[in-house]
Amino acid sequence: MGASQTRAEHQYQDLADKTGFSFEQIKNLYQRFQQLSGNEETISRANLDSMPALANNPIRKQIIGAFFDKRNQHQDEVGSCDQIGFEQFLMVMSHFRPPNLRTTDEEKEAMRKEKLRFLFNMHDSDNDGTITLAEYRKVVEELMSKSGEIGQETAKAIADAAMLEVASINVPNMGPEEFYEGITFEHFEEILKGLEMESRMHIRFLDVDTLTMRCGKSQS
Amino acid sequence: MAELQPARCWRTGFFFCLLLFLSVASGSLVVVSGSNETSGGPAGDTPEDPHHQTNSTTHKKAFPVLSFNYQDVRKPFVISLWILLALLMKLGHRAVMILIGWLNLSFTESLAALRLICSVQLLLTRAGPTSCPNALLDNKEPSVTHVVSSRHETQGLHDGFHIIPNISNVVPESCLLIGVGLLVGGIIKAIGEEAPVLDTKLFFHYLLPPIILDAGYFLPIQAFMENMGTILVFAVVGTLWNVFFIGGMIFAVCQIEGVQLAGVDLLSCLLFGSIVSAVDPVAVLAVFEEIQINELLHILVFGESLLNDAVTVVLYHLFEEFSHAGTVTVLDGVLGVVCFFVVSLGGVMVGAIYGLLGAFTSRFTTHTRVIEPLFVFLYSYMAYLSAEVFHLSGIMSLIACGVMMRPYVEANVSHKSYTTIKYFLKMWSSVSETLIFIFLGVSTVAGPHAWNWTFVISTVILCLVSRVLGVIGLTCIINKFRIVKLTKKDQFIVAYGGLRGAIAFSLGFLLTDNERKNMFLTAIITVIFFTVFVQGMTIRPLVELLAVKKKKESKPSINEEIHTQFLGHLLTGIEDICGHYGHHHWKDKLNRFNKAYLKKWLIAGERSTEPQLISFYNKMEMKQAMMLVESGSAAKLPSILPSVSMQNIQQRGSGNRRAIPSISKSREQEIRKILRSNLQKTRQRLRSYSRHDLMIDPFEDNVSEIRFRKQRVEMERRMSHYLTVPTNRQETPSVRKVCFEPEHQVFTYDNSESPRDPRARPDPGPLDAISLVSESQGPNQSREPRAKVPEEQEEQDQLKLSRCLSDPGPNQEEDLS
Repeated sequence: MGASQTRAEHQYQDLADKTGFSFEQIKNLYQRFQQLSGNEETISRANLDSMPALANNPIRKQIIGAFFDKRNQHQDEVGSCDQIGFEQFLMVMSHFRPPNLRTTDEEKEAMRKEKLRFLFNMHDSDNDGTITLAEYRKVVEELMSKSGEIGQETAKAIADAAMLEVASINVPNMGPEEFYEGITFEHFEEILKGLEMESRMHIRFLDVDTLTMRCGKSQS
Repeated sequence: MAELQPARCWRTGFFFCLLLFLSVASGSLVVVSGSNETSGGPAGDTPEDPHHQTNSTTHKKAFPVLSFNYQDVRKPFVISLWILLALLMKLGHRAVMILIGWLNLSFTESLAALRLICSVQLLLTRAGPTSCPNALLDNKEPSVTHVVSSRHETQGLHDGFHIIPNISNVVPESCLLIGVGLLVGGIIKAIGEEAPVLDTKLFFHYLLPPIILDAGYFLPIQAFMENMGTILVFAVVGTLWNVFFIGGMIFAVCQIEGVQLAGVDLLSCLLFGSIVSAVDPVAVLAVFEEIQINELLHILVFGESLLNDAVTVVLYHLFEEFSHAGTVTVLDGVLGVVCFFVVSLGGVMVGAIYGLLGAFTSRFTTHTRVIEPLFVFLYSYMAYLSAEVFHLSGIMSLIACGVMMRPYVEANVSHKSYTTIKYFLKMWSSVSETLIFIFLGVSTVAGPHAWNWTFVISTVILCLVSRVLGVIGLTCIINKFRIVKLTKKDQFIVAYGGLRGAIAFSLGFLLTDNERKNMFLTAIITVIFFTVFVQGMTIRPLVELLAVKKKKESKPSINEEIHTQFLGHLLTGIEDICGHYGHHHWKDKLNRFNKAYLKKWLIAGERSTEPQLISFYNKMEMKQAMMLVESGSAAKLPSILPSVSMQNIQQRGSGNRRAIPSISKSREQEIRKILRSNLQKTRQRLRSYSRHDLMIDPFEDNVSEIRFRKQRVEMERRMSHYLTVPTNRQETPSVRKVCFEPEHQVFTYDNSESPRDPRARPDPGPLDAISLVSESQGPNQSREPRAKVPEEQEEQDQLKLSRCLSDPGPNQEEDLS
């Protein structure tokens, strides 16, 4: 008992260093992880697919895909895996940590880049470094997938307009013979400059036990 | 420049003379009519009446060609005169700003502020003594003499403005307006009559609601909800802290020997504290609109000023009650807390009910577009008045009503009605604001004052200290819960932005205890002036000095909108996976509920099912069309519009396929039919004059013509892009015109007035374009790709067309300032 306790502590310390979560947060997430996996060591796509809470989310596929994407693991691997362990789960979650009062400007900038990279990877499904028109259309179509017929039909036009906007912002004087390949990461950063990702893309990770206390949300 | 200057000088001088004349006239008219009422009423009538009768009986009096009866129109006349005065002041203010902008003289800003204060003070001191004897000499014609005597003063003021560069950067409009009010009040007083004061009823029933409704209707709801907790803490806990700190400390000050304040008891001190500690929305709006601060800080200060109304109302009534009764029990305290919840939540409830009613009504106004805006105003006003009936928080009710109503009303009303609502709200609120500040100045001069140095100075200092302490203390607590923390700079701006204003003054005016009322009122006015003048003037340099983040200039682009939505769903999903229900989860729930029920009931037609992204897209297209229209000559076009076309983005291979999804013969016929029937209808409608419909003015006709010409130029330009890659069909211009169909912008451009479109004659507009489509079906090479038009494409076109012919969504992007 005592030995396993210290081993868990040690493991937590390791994870906390890697992801920046606190012990309590890791403990909470671990509970949730076990709940999702059915007390297994790993989570598979089917586990997440069967979540009822996600059923109504229009971009469910991308969200689940992001969990199994190796690019989101802070390593230089590509491709996707079928099963993820707790560490990988935590790694994906760490993209959603909020900045705090002590974060310096450089750190914020790095955070913003990292968060944007996460989004970019979600869009760039074939991992060639650009979001092509086809990929972007797919994103918008997925986004509108819960809004019926009209959504699907307009999605294309919206994606086209958005792409046109990206091109005109980043390559203002494009000759008729030139060809815009797709959105690179730099262009992606440019168009989402105004969104302040570093402070917007976060969720609240609870420090206390999620099952006993569900408050604190009203204060944000 | 030098040549122009005298002319401009003269013009502005004249302008100010006109303003002063008007102000004096309005003042004297009030005065004259007042004296008529009191003295000349019954006494003046008696000798005339028999005379009249005898006249009519004996011989017929000649028909009066010109008669004079001012009494009948006195009230509306005076009111209109005041409003006119307010508007001219505003205009004058702007004119001065423009003037100053032209004359860029090299003086430092600090010097500028100093000089302005000096010149205003000089004016105020001069206005009194110089005009008094004149007024005493001939009371009959004060306006003439005063225009003459005040001419020099305005010239002085004017010269002062002249020398000072960038005055608009230093002095907020509110300060100038109060200054003008002081001037007008001084003149009226100098005439020897009583100046009108800011009547509490007038203020709360007529002047305040437009400002609050404007603020509530255009409240940035997302930012407001995200920071709800912080705002509530500041508004409730912060205000309570301020009340008790100021009240208690003032009481302590009163206990000091030798300051002649021994008679002031604790309850009156607390009552005073409750009046003086609330941040005023009118003052905050006036100052914060000008400094263009970032949204977070704006919503924090402004939201606090809106929500602390409930606290102020409850505390005010509570302390007033207690100070009459004399004793306070624990039960009273508990009841006070209960009362607070009733007042605030009750107010929100009343507002929400009226808001829903308003939204529901707007669903059925499709055929009576001209009265649509009135529903919005009346329901909101009713909400305010209904809340006031029960002494609930009228401000919160109005805010709730505006917020509730807006999304549904916007979807239901026509584009023109939406513009009308927006302009009317802005117009009313700006007139109200101007009037409030002018009246504040006038009342200051008019009111009885009891100046007590100790009391006034300690009040001002305590207000500042308690605000700073309150904000710092509360942020310490709030930051524990906030994810985006409030920095030191933010705290400073929140503390410094706590301006007091006319609400405090009106509440102070309501006090019944006349022994200390004057002293309290004087202190309140001093605090208001201190905050509005000193803090209002210095906040802008401080914001720049501290490099506080400013408001974003640009409007959201389509990419940003897509990603905002994407992020929303993503965060909801991640929260769900994490297994706890946070902010995003509830927001998602609310959205779903809104979509499933509310929208269905409250929004008419197909628009109820329209996803947000699509409405955003439609609005954006609309805006681009508007820009195109307003962008001047066609020659400018390329520089405004993105020079990248879809062709550059499409894969070369698939480009051919997408570039021309053109129209089949039968489809064309259909479009023609629709257009023609619409045009005929327009013609019929145009012939008969309708009192309830808007007539189309010739100017608009012109605009639409320009619009069409531009469209065509634009289209051709675009087409040239389309056609550059597939080289085999470059030469036929008629083909080019075919291609603009996929962009379907011809229809979206002018759909704001589709039913009563001014293009009554067979115009070169869409009809022309469509006819070209059929012509282009003729022999040319580009036929091949068009032959295999997929069925879906056709359906899609039809959809687009029908959507475009119906009334589009309101255009949010237009800027009002």
